Amino acid sequence: MSNSIRKWIFVLTVPVLVVGILGMMGGGAGHGVTLQSANVNFDDKASLQRGAKYYQNYCSGCHSLRFSRFNRVAKDIGLNAENGFSDDDVTTLLNENLIFIRGEDGKKVKVGSLMKTAYNPKAAAEAFGASVPDLSLVGRSRGADWIYSYLNGFYLDPSRPTGMNNTVFKDVGMPHVLGNLQGWQTLDHNKGDEHHGAPKLSLSKPGSMTGAEYDKLTRDITNFLAYVSEPAQLSRKMYGIFTLLFLMVLFGFAYALSKEYWKDIH
Amino acid sequence: MSDSDSNTVNKGRRRMLIAATSVVGAVGTAAFATPLLISWMPSERAKAAGAPVEVNVSKVEPGQLLRVIWRGKPIWVVKRTDQMIADLPKNSALLVDPESAVATQQPDYAQNEGRARKPDMLVLIGICTHLGCSPTYRPELAPADLGANWKGGWYCPCHGSRFDLAGRVFKNVPAPTNLVVPPHFYKSDDVILIGEDGGAA
Amino acid sequence: MAAYPRTTEATGVLGWIDERFPLLETWKAHMSEYYAPKNFNVWYYFGVLAMLVLVIQIVSGIFLTMHYKPDAELAFASVEYIMRDVPGGWFIRYMHSTGASAFFIVVYFHMFRGIMYGSYKGKRELVWLIGMALYLALMAEAFMGYMLPWGQMSFWGAQVIINLFQTIPVVGDGLSIWIRGDFVISDPTLNRLFAFHVAAVPLILVALVFVHIVALHTVGSNNPDGVEIKAIKDDKGIPLDGIPFHPYYTVHDIPAIVVFLMAFFAIIFFAPEMGGYFLEHANFEPANPLKTPKHIAPVWYFTPFYTVLRAVTLSPFMGTLAMFGAIIMLFLLPWLDRNPIKSWRYRNTAHMLNLAIFAAVFMILGYLGVKAVTPEYKELGVRMTEIYFLFFAVIFAHSKSENPGRYLIWFLVLAAAIIGIDFWRYNPDDAVSAGQIMWQWVWPIGYLALTLLLPLFLRGCNAEKTVPERVTS
Repeated sequence: MSNSIRKWIFVLTVPVLVVGILGMMGGGAGHGVTLQSANVNFDDKASLQRGAKYYQNYCSGCHSLRFSRFNRVAKDIGLNAENGFSDDDVTTLLNENLIFIRGEDGKKVKVGSLMKTAYNPKAAAEAFGASVPDLSLVGRSRGADWIYSYLNGFYLDPSRPTGMNNTVFKDVGMPHVLGNLQGWQTLDHNKGDEHHGAPKLSLSKPGSMTGAEYDKLTRDITNFLAYVSEPAQLSRKMYGIFTLLFLMVLFGFAYALSKEYWKDIH
Repeated sequence: MSDSDSNTVNKGRRRMLIAATSVVGAVGTAAFATPLLISWMPSERAKAAGAPVEVNVSKVEPGQLLRVIWRGKPIWVVKRTDQMIADLPKNSALLVDPESAVATQQPDYAQNEGRARKPDMLVLIGICTHLGCSPTYRPELAPADLGANWKGGWYCPCHGSRFDLAGRVFKNVPAPTNLVVPPHFYKSDDVILIGEDGGAA
Repeated sequence: MAAYPRTTEATGVLGWIDERFPLLETWKAHMSEYYAPKNFNVWYYFGVLAMLVLVIQIVSGIFLTMHYKPDAELAFASVEYIMRDVPGGWFIRYMHSTGASAFFIVVYFHMFRGIMYGSYKGKRELVWLIGMALYLALMAEAFMGYMLPWGQMSFWGAQVIINLFQTIPVVGDGLSIWIRGDFVISDPTLNRLFAFHVAAVPLILVALVFVHIVALHTVGSNNPDGVEIKAIKDDKGIPLDGIPFHPYYTVHDIPAIVVFLMAFFAIIFFAPEMGGYFLEHANFEPANPLKTPKHIAPVWYFTPFYTVLRAVTLSPFMGTLAMFGAIIMLFLLPWLDRNPIKSWRYRNTAHMLNLAIFAAVFMILGYLGVKAVTPEYKELGVRMTEIYFLFFAVIFAHSKSENPGRYLIWFLVLAAAIIGIDFWRYNPDDAVSAGQIMWQWVWPIGYLALTLLLPLFLRGCNAEKTVPERVTS
């Protein structure tokens, strides 16, 4: 056999064997419930701003964002000089809409402060039977789709102390804080539903919001939390494009240089 | 490789390509080094800790010195008595820079006799301009250790520099310049914000 | 070495230095007059790329150390501080985390290149051994580095790895407590592994890289044809198939480096988590000694050996031995593959198949390591582990192709060993496992058939070719 045929055998054997054997094994069935897509969009600054406001109003009482700073968030969600907000405007906006916690001196904390919670974590742990997690990184540890599915997955379950359960977080300790907005859902028990496919939930008692309004609210909160988990993601893709363009130019010169020298080699 | 090639080699083209690759490569290396070097700049945490500080001066007695911390440095807020203000010009002949001519030592609005926005209220960074010690407040008149001419001011325990009650340095001491007046402005009659100039002012 | 006083052809500053330090001599010996074979192909880029990644890791690591806190209370928060509060911090951190994975990708290609072209042959055993020592040091470095963010995977990964030492009979308990400095993984463990990660192991790595290159340049580089270029020299003593490393290979490497950097920065800027393989999702939760994550898997570059560990269930200690044995076997390669032909280009087809299957098995082992254990996968892990070790026997059997009858003996012995182990493992009460054993024996037996019986019965698959005197193309 010629070398080129042998080379192709080699090039093809490895992937065929890997894919073939693993394919034949089939593997375990996908576990857990399927998540609904959150469709996060960080360019939608209005959504991020609403999300931040909702988060601070409904979530920040118990859940801290202990690695995140108010002024950084403000800048990233569009409250910045680029959009015509002066530092004083931002300070005012933050104090009116996002900053609810107060420092030891009884005054609202400064705009550069970390987004901690006013609630004592120990008291929270006692009230809910589990420590209340910080949510700075939930967008990375669990993912945006999980957050969105979670916020939409509460249903009535009389067997639980809070009276509520969740489709993606079984036996969750957190009460349905947004229940009055969404309304109260029940789980339609069909055979085998727990094991595969999205569980079917139906609204048994409507809340103050329509389904579409609530969906928008949870998408906004999800969008915000997904952003907070990695603020760098707003800018890094732009750097990436410039870097790759630059490297292409460098490659052009380097390749020409290499070709030029290798003219000597026969 | 054969020796005959060396005659046909286009040396100009090689030099041009080496130069081009090197220059572009150097630009890339510099771009790569930038984030490493800017990581030494104050972080958001340091900036938040260095945010402007509010001081309420309504309860400061005349002659009293109030210490606050801004960016980790001691800031002195002194309410000068009428006598202290009246004594300031008397030091002029003994001072290095009585007119506060060195612009870096105070904002424009403090480039006046009392080095302050309001004559009675002096705000200073309490760090000696010699080697960074924090001088001692000595408001008393003519104490035994500082001499009969002493009209109140600061004495640096490290190397003996002396400053008057406007933070101006005396001649023949190690410190070269007046104490620094930090940016500050009055948010209201009683509240000073240290760290910002206050917009249009 | 020139006698004192040194004489030099250089003048000026260079001359001043050269009278006091063998600068030109070193430059010539390793760059401008180091003659490398002119037929290097793409596989030969991975050595210089490994050096590049080492530099990236050292530079980015030094800057991370300026902001990181090796303290169990502060470590996790300090990483997020780097990611959010330090200007440019996220870029430095992603360079370091991506660099870790890139290092292993590059090194695995580099090692496989060595196996394909027999680069451990012809007095190059030491180059290979030093390289393997580098690989071990790199694994230690990566493991310790992975612990530093102090997330859930950091904690539980360290827990598992350090407990490997606990499986050692008699001394295990005391040893693991000594390594941890506590009864569980905790602050002292983090602190000492930090010291190793930022100082001790990097020094070893740099020293080994230096020795690796000195050893290589003493013998000279191998090439895809496995031809010793020093055998045929011109009247000036320069190998006819050799070209000066500088400028030819230096200019040749730059475009390759740029292509590598494109992929590297594309990952950093567009997919730094790489789907959870470079940065694992569970590691974004702070370490919690009371709660193991639902699904725990090591980072991808350790998973082949992790599967070996899980496959051997005889005793925990045997599992540990098997895992380290899998690495030690690679050390022995120069003494197992005794075939005088270096490059697979001129070896028989069975050898080439052997290498291809080994590469595939290594990848399957890696894939299994990130997957949860199902009965199918468990048995597949055992079978792939068997092939992994059989590979070294088969490569030994392929050392001599003149007498294919020997292949039959090897086949019978190795197949008997596999079936013997199956008999011992077979437990009719455990119907699920027994069912898997009953059909998955095809993998190792099929492997042996392809590599040993095929060349025995199909003459063409045993034919070796004459190695040319000069390099091709």
